[in-house]
Formats: sequence, C-alpha cells, structure tokens
Amino acid sequence: MTASATRSTIDRITAGLAARRRWHPLEIAFWLAAFATLVFLPQRHLVLNEIAILALFALSLDLLLGYTGIVSLGHAAFLGLGAYTAGLLAKHVNADPLMGLAAAAGVCGVAGVMTSFLIIRGTDLTRLMVTLGIAMLLGEFANKASWLTGGADGLQGIKMAPILGLFKFDLRGTVAYAYSLCVLFVLFLLARRITLSPFGASLTAIRDNPLRATAIGIPMRRRLVTVYTLAAVYAGLAGALMAQTTQFVSLDVLELHRSADVLLVLVIGGTGYLYGGIIGAVLFKIAQDVISSITPEYWHFWIGLILVVFVLIGRERLTAWPAKLYARMIGGAA
Amino acid sequence: MTILFDGVAYGMVLFVLSCGLCITLGLMNVVNLAHGAFAMAGGYATVVLTNRMGVPFLAALPLAFVFSAAIGLLLERTLYVHIYGRSHLDQVLFTIGLVFMSIAGTDWLMGSQQQFVKIPDALKGRMDVLGVGISRYRLFIVVLCGLLVVALQMILSRTRFGSQLRAAVDDGRVARGLGIPVTRVFAATFAFGSGLAGLGGALGAEILGLDPTFPLKFLLYFMVVVTVGGTSTITGPFLAALLLGVADVAGKYYIPSVGAFIIYTLMIIVLVVRPQGLFSRS
Repeated sequence: MTASATRSTIDRITAGLAARRRWHPLEIAFWLAAFATLVFLPQRHLVLNEIAILALFALSLDLLLGYTGIVSLGHAAFLGLGAYTAGLLAKHVNADPLMGLAAAAGVCGVAGVMTSFLIIRGTDLTRLMVTLGIAMLLGEFANKASWLTGGADGLQGIKMAPILGLFKFDLRGTVAYAYSLCVLFVLFLLARRITLSPFGASLTAIRDNPLRATAIGIPMRRRLVTVYTLAAVYAGLAGALMAQTTQFVSLDVLELHRSADVLLVLVIGGTGYLYGGIIGAVLFKIAQDVISSITPEYWHFWIGLILVVFVLIGRERLTAWPAKLYARMIGGAA
Repeated sequence: MTILFDGVAYGMVLFVLSCGLCITLGLMNVVNLAHGAFAMAGGYATVVLTNRMGVPFLAALPLAFVFSAAIGLLLERTLYVHIYGRSHLDQVLFTIGLVFMSIAGTDWLMGSQQQFVKIPDALKGRMDVLGVGISRYRLFIVVLCGLLVVALQMILSRTRFGSQLRAAVDDGRVARGLGIPVTRVFAATFAFGSGLAGLGGALGAEILGLDPTFPLKFLLYFMVVVTVGGTSTITGPFLAALLLGVADVAGKYYIPSVGAFIIYTLMIIVLVVRPQGLFSRS
C-alpha cells in the first residue's frame, strides 16, 4: 500500500468517526426530555435523583460489559468506595460537593488501576470470582472498620455545603436531582466521545474477538486496564453522588445485590449503546416501585423472576431494537 | 488440635456442598451461582422433617438428598437445559435470578429466622480421643463425608456411568456419536450434584447455620472450593475444601478481626497466580 493510499484510508476512517459523533435529533430530544423533568415533575425529584445515580452506575458497567465484554460481579466495590470516600471527606475534611466528586474519582481511579491487573488475566469465570472477591473484601473491611465507616450503623452526620457555594441541597431533592443529572450528562458526553473514538472501536474489537484484536496490534492489556479504570471512576462518581445527595452511606452499597441489580438494569435496557443504562434505570426503578408497593418484603423474588425470564426469552431479542436504533442514529454499524 | 479437627469437619461439609458445583461448573461448564439454593433446600427439608414431622435425623439425611436431587432434576429439565450453550453472562444472570427467587421464596415459606436441626442425642456432646476434645457430631461428619469422597472417586473412575460422564464432558459430540445418552447423563449428574448439595446443607445446618440468605452467604465459599481446587479431579476440590475449612476456623479463632479477609485474599491470589486452580494438572 502506498503512502497516499494509507493517508486516504485514515482520512476516510476519521471522517466516518466524525460523522458518527454527530448528534441525532432523537438523542437531543431524549436529553431535553430528561432535563424537562426538572420543571415538570417537581414532586418526583427524589426518585428521579436515584434513577440518575443508578443510570450513571449502569453506564459505568456498560463501558466494561457492553463495550469491552468484561463480566463483573463486584462492580459495587467502586460504588461503595466512591460513596465512602465522598462521605468521609465531607464529614471530616471539606464539605464541598465537587471536591467530593474529585476525591471519589481519584480514589476509585487508583483502586481501579490496582485491581485491573487482577482481572486482565484469566477467563470470564476467574474475572467473576475476582471481582466478587474484591467487593466482598471491601464490604468486610467497611464492616470491620467501624471506627471509620460507622460499620453496620452506616456513615452518619454528613453535611454537604452548597454546590459551587450557590445551590443548597433542599428537602424535596430538586437541587440534588439537578446536580446528579448534570453530572450524569457530562459523564455521558465523555463516554459517548470515548466510545465513538478509535479507542472505543478497539474496545469493541476486543469484545468481539480478543484473539483477532491482539493480532491486528491492539494492546489488549493496556486497553483493559484503561477501560476498567474508567469504569471504576464512573462507578465511584455514582457512589459519591449517592453519598452526597442522601447524606448517608450504609454498608449496603457494597453488597452483592447492588452488583446484581446494576446487571439487571443493563439487561433491561440493553448493553453496548450507552442509553441502555439510562433506560434500564428508569424501568428498573418503576418496576421496583410498583412491585415493592405490592409486596414490600419479597420484591427481590420478582426481580429474580424478571432476570430468569429475560435470559430464557433471550435478552438480546428484547433489547435489540433500541440498540439498533442507536446504531442507525450514529450512522453505520455500531 | 480441636480447632484442626473442627476445621477438617467444616471443610468436609464444604466439600460435600460444593462438589456438585464442581460437576456443573467444571464438567458441564455452567456457571451455577444458584447451587447454594439446592443446599438450602436440603437443609430446610431436614428441618421440616425432623422438627415438624418427627422423622429421625439419620433417616432425614437421605430424604434431604432425594428432595434436593428431585428439585435439581426438575429445574435441570425445565430451565437449565436452555442455558447450557449460552454465554457466561447469561448463565450468571439466570442463576442470580434463581438465587433471589429462592431467598425470597424461602423467606415467605419458612420465615427469615435462623433454623435449627434437631440432632439425635447420640451425636451430641464431646468425647476425648487421646486427650483431644472432639465433638461427636463433627466426628460423624468427618466419617460420613470421608466415605462419600471415596465413593465418589470410585463412581467417577470405576463405573460405567463415570466413564460415560467423563467422555460426555471431554467431547460431547463424539460421546453422542458413540451412543452415550449425553443429555441423560448430564441430567442425572446435575440431579446427583444437587442432591449432594442438599445432603451437605442438611449436615451443615448445625455448623454453618441455616437461614434464607444461605445461598448468598456461602456462594463465595463454594466458588472458592471449585476455583481453587480446579475442576479436573475430585481430590483437588477436596483438598481445597479442607484447606479452606481449616484456614477459616483457625482464622476466626485466632485472629477474629481479620478472619474473613484471609479467605478472600487467598482466593484472589490463587486466582491470579494460578487461574486453573492450585491442584490442577495442566
């Protein structure tokens, strides 16, 4: 291949990626609708805040699972780590929310890099076990180190300062929701940019065929470390938001059912197209609301049933259409 | 010494609980996180049989085995068959769903409190063997489980069924071509493994405790046994279970504040250093 031919190929690829990064009207409508809820659904802001945080958490897992094909059963580890970091920082050092976000991102980034070396080896099964083990380890630590985390009573007495010194958190959750939604939106933009870059394309290549990906020269180990760290940071930010907006952290954030719930959210919404986590979070919270209003104690039974049914029917079949729609919107095959 | 013995008994129970998982996971390549649910079924069956119906404990044990095996067979035929060839993620989601259902279902049926199994007087108390205090019940467990291990090894290596199973696992298509009823072998194996879990749940109710969160609480232990022990033999998981049992009991006794850390850390290290398990050949 001559130099000019290589040049034109690169130009074509660059142009293609740029075209795919353009926003589709439907996407714009989606986000306008999301921000419109700030005005139109004022009495639902508390639950909408939870949805936004869950969506961010699911988005984080989507980067890992949907785009790179890494199965994690312990993603709650980073959620919890971020939550405790933000909570402790606010309690003991500085109550500024943005500072808390930065600290949570930093801590989870470091933890992500460190643990990523444990998951880049081995098969799906070892990854499952290792991620699960890490989450259990952290959970056990948070339980035992009650002098730091409050143990089973949870971390209490978090008082947040106003955001940017301007917006005080209110009881109805409007500020909290606006805050979470903005963070979610910014991080979504970032994730969108990343997944539609050559880097993102290399991740899907690893997911679809690891052997081939290595053969064409993708540095698989480095990619996995990067994406795992990125996902850890996202999850940590979700945890930080949770700690800041509820002003409370309990051991519950590190439990297995958190990791399982977020898997379910992604399964409901569909993996590998970014919006899946958000749509899934909305549906999941609605389902949780409906079911727990009928049987408050046993709602996990129905969650379990949904999981089983989804797998039996074939989750790809159920969630294929929005993913395809997204693929068409960004032009060409995703 | 007493701690060592208790650890061994604990490990034995863990082995019986998890060897069914070795089969489904290692041999049939199905990530069955719901394995603990079958164990729980066996445990609860024993509780109901001994405490409410007055069946003697020793007679309840085989019944627990049969009960769990029946549930295993039923679920295998109706549900698990559909996920055999699927991705690990699907299997994880599916079996986690089953776990949630079993927890909530048991909670609804039996209540969330801890259950206790009535063990016969002959098995209660301690006795002295060469100056070492040994609980009779634990001795009973060690003997029973020891016999089970030998029996399992014999079944797998000496019987026709064992060789059929190994053939079906090594290469299902060829085995089918040779006229081995692979589907039936798998179903029988799954049922047998579930039954063993049920037996383990019945035996272990006294040592491990039994409440609706059982499948989640011990999920990691089962997985540790299987992953650390490797899945190519029976002896690997057996040694791993013993090691885990002794380490856990000793850890909780000597350094209670860091007890659980040891197990998790050990597991992660083993998984990272030797992903195929400590005792696997390849």
